[in-house]
Amino acid sequence: MANYYKDNSDLKFQLSNPLMKRIVELREDNYKDYGKYDYAPKDLKDALDSYDRVMDVVGEICGDIIAPNAEQVDLDGPVCKDGRVTYAAGTTKNQEALTKAGVYGIALQREYGGLNFSTVPYVMAEELVARADAGYANIWGLQDCAETIAEFASEEIKKEFLPRIYNGETCSMDLTEPDAGSDLQAVALKASWDEAKGMWMLNGVKRFITNGDADIKLVLARSEAGTTDARGLSYFVHDKKWGGVTVRRIENKLGIHGSPTCELVFNNAPAKIVGEPKLGLIKYVMSLMNGARLGVGAQSVGISEAAYREALKYANEREQFRKKIIEFPAVVEMLGIMKAKLQASRAILYETSRFVDVYKSLNALVTGDRKLTPEERKEQKKYSKLADMLTPILKMTASEFCNQNAYDAIQVHGGSGYMREYPVERLYRDARITTIYEGTSQLQTVAAIRYITNGSYLALIKDYEAVPFSVAAEVEAACPGATKRLESVKAKLVAMTAQFEEAVAMVADKDPEYIDFQARKLCEMAAFIIESYLLLNDSMRCANFVDSAEIFTNKSESWNNERYSYIKNSDPETALAAFKNVKGDLDKVYAE
Amino acid sequence: MSKEFKIVVLAKQVPDTRNVGKDAMTPEGTVNRAALPAIFNPEDMNALEQALRIKDKFPGSKVYVLTMGPFRAAEIIREGLFRGTDGGVLLTDRRFAGADTLATSYAISQAVKKMNPDIIVAGRQAIDGDTAQVGPQVAEKLNIPQVTYAEEITDIVDNKVTILRRLERGIEIVTSTLPCLVTVHATAAPCRPRNAKNLLKYKYARTANEEKDPANEGKYLISTEEKPYLSIQEWTVDDVGGDPDSYGFAGSPTKVKKVENIVFKAKESKRITGSDEDIDALIGELMANHEIG
Repeated sequence: MANYYKDNSDLKFQLSNPLMKRIVELREDNYKDYGKYDYAPKDLKDALDSYDRVMDVVGEICGDIIAPNAEQVDLDGPVCKDGRVTYAAGTTKNQEALTKAGVYGIALQREYGGLNFSTVPYVMAEELVARADAGYANIWGLQDCAETIAEFASEEIKKEFLPRIYNGETCSMDLTEPDAGSDLQAVALKASWDEAKGMWMLNGVKRFITNGDADIKLVLARSEAGTTDARGLSYFVHDKKWGGVTVRRIENKLGIHGSPTCELVFNNAPAKIVGEPKLGLIKYVMSLMNGARLGVGAQSVGISEAAYREALKYANEREQFRKKIIEFPAVVEMLGIMKAKLQASRAILYETSRFVDVYKSLNALVTGDRKLTPEERKEQKKYSKLADMLTPILKMTASEFCNQNAYDAIQVHGGSGYMREYPVERLYRDARITTIYEGTSQLQTVAAIRYITNGSYLALIKDYEAVPFSVAAEVEAACPGATKRLESVKAKLVAMTAQFEEAVAMVADKDPEYIDFQARKLCEMAAFIIESYLLLNDSMRCANFVDSAEIFTNKSESWNNERYSYIKNSDPETALAAFKNVKGDLDKVYAE
Repeated sequence: MSKEFKIVVLAKQVPDTRNVGKDAMTPEGTVNRAALPAIFNPEDMNALEQALRIKDKFPGSKVYVLTMGPFRAAEIIREGLFRGTDGGVLLTDRRFAGADTLATSYAISQAVKKMNPDIIVAGRQAIDGDTAQVGPQVAEKLNIPQVTYAEEITDIVDNKVTILRRLERGIEIVTSTLPCLVTVHATAAPCRPRNAKNLLKYKYARTANEEKDPANEGKYLISTEEKPYLSIQEWTVDDVGGDPDSYGFAGSPTKVKKVENIVFKAKESKRITGSDEDIDALIGELMANHEIG
């Protein structure tokens, strides 16, 4: 009888964020569905209550069904036979439970069978599922594809595919190919128009496709023969029932065993085009990718939460030298840092989700004659940019922190943690992919660096700095001395911001290669300051975050000092030279 | 006959005795209900699932939850609605209070008569009293067949229901005519989760007494005039009729003489190995004590 939502008050706190009011207003568009659907909310209070209650259902399923299945799913994994995939038995049970609970399509519009929930609760559900079973979270999370269909596909395609999501039909997004990984412009899978059938035909191979035997597939393919770049790529939807796609094999992976990773062969597989031709990669995949990165952020936070809880439990049970090991400073420090990283990741996860929420809901308002007012257009632009800014640093830091937390969770367990008997070794394996897929940490840096050099992160940091410092009386009552501690946190952050500005100035006007070389350090400096501010601002409203605001800011200060010092001591002319010498090593290392 | 059935699920709100702390019992030896969370009796949940499966299989069938208890037991009806039932009735009246299993089954049988179902399903027993008597007594009072320890209601064909029973030494498959009463065992399929759409539809469902309770002020954002399905029925003795003296304390022949607190102590134990000699010796000893044989 576990409930992953109820046992974690940090989640409900996110639903109380002041921006939720605007988010719900936009999403429900004057509560126009009330009266039309008996499950649609009447007003803000009703809508937030619905979010809370449905999260409770998801939390219960995660605690009672998905988490207890996770160990066996990890051992069993899916099976590929005769070109088709069969899930592990536990995976099927998870799928059935969430389908019966009517939470598939949680964020889909009601006319397509969904609950029309906003991004925040949708992301929260992903976090909950990932805490229970990070591998299964991928299958669940791929309902993101529905959002792409809802946003960009024709009315006909929407009506054909979207209502099936609610019934638990699964999705996949088929992008990667053997020679097109991080570089999707190289996608070669061929799409050709078949006049007789009135359909597109897909031919070629896809690789590393998560849940590749899905009912509904979104496929990136080359529709413009003779092209070699992004402008020749279009986006297609394929229905498993149409046939033509077989699974050649499934990968044998380090972790996330519940999620089948497939190599697919398309042999005259019929498909319909999504949106406009040639915008496949440029527009639709980029949009889907941002959603997927938010999803990996949520998955990372879920794994972090699981790792922290396992470590906390073990440190309270295990006795050495006649003491619980949590009594030792070296152990309790690890736990405090784990919690701080977890809460910092969650803070930026939901901040990003809120920004996504506002601009997507504004986009959704535009139908028929309805246009955005000039104020709305301004708001849309503002939040869309904020979402684009935060998504890569969320994805990068949350996934890196979840790996660090899984690593430390094993460390707290000592030798036992290395054994299969304890769940931490599975968490460690599951965590590892998060810094890789949907864009590696290195690629997140590529997406983020422009906001360093054009001053956008700095401007956002200044906005957070401008939030009036005022600690709620409840916080001081629950955590005496909080105000004083948080004052010191704020002072530190102001100084760290000045240091960050200085570091940026040392790099921004240098040549692109040098900027690339220092980009990760600068992006991390910005991310750590932003996350510290989010924890500080949350601490002023809720005592749950005071310790982490202090610990995380102190750690960030030292992490940023290291980066600052590295940048300061780098000579732009020579900094890369020593590294480049590695290139000559190959011949030496493999010389007989 | 039509392939649509009316099913009544008998369910009870019970204190969660599975996780008891030291204040679980009052000094008088009764269950301290305030210290334990009130939950849907677990085997009644299994029963609810069986009822909902009949509804899945025979669309158009209706499932209703019937429960007896204080005002707050309306939660049981809501839990049913969230999972797909069509309604429910709360039997609540001071005159029902103090009932033992005989008086309880009398009250429930009166209500069931009024509801007139094809099938009645109930949990085998409740985790507070553990008597397993109410279900069978209801069937007796209604003079209908009863099938106990059911693990699965497998099918209904030509007014005959087929049931798989889980018994101590195996399983038994039986059929019964309708109407009948089935008590469901904990090994039956677990109940489905709450369904989000039902949850959002019925979250403000309440009884008239809950509505009147000052503690619930501001809680029900939507009126029952606007959405009549949000109103949960309550029945009193007057609604179900029958013999007034058979209800509650007056109708309960069970009188508690004394309740004792028992402390479990570890008994003498001995370790035996898996060797043939040790096992032979143990068998001999158990036979000598007439514990087996």
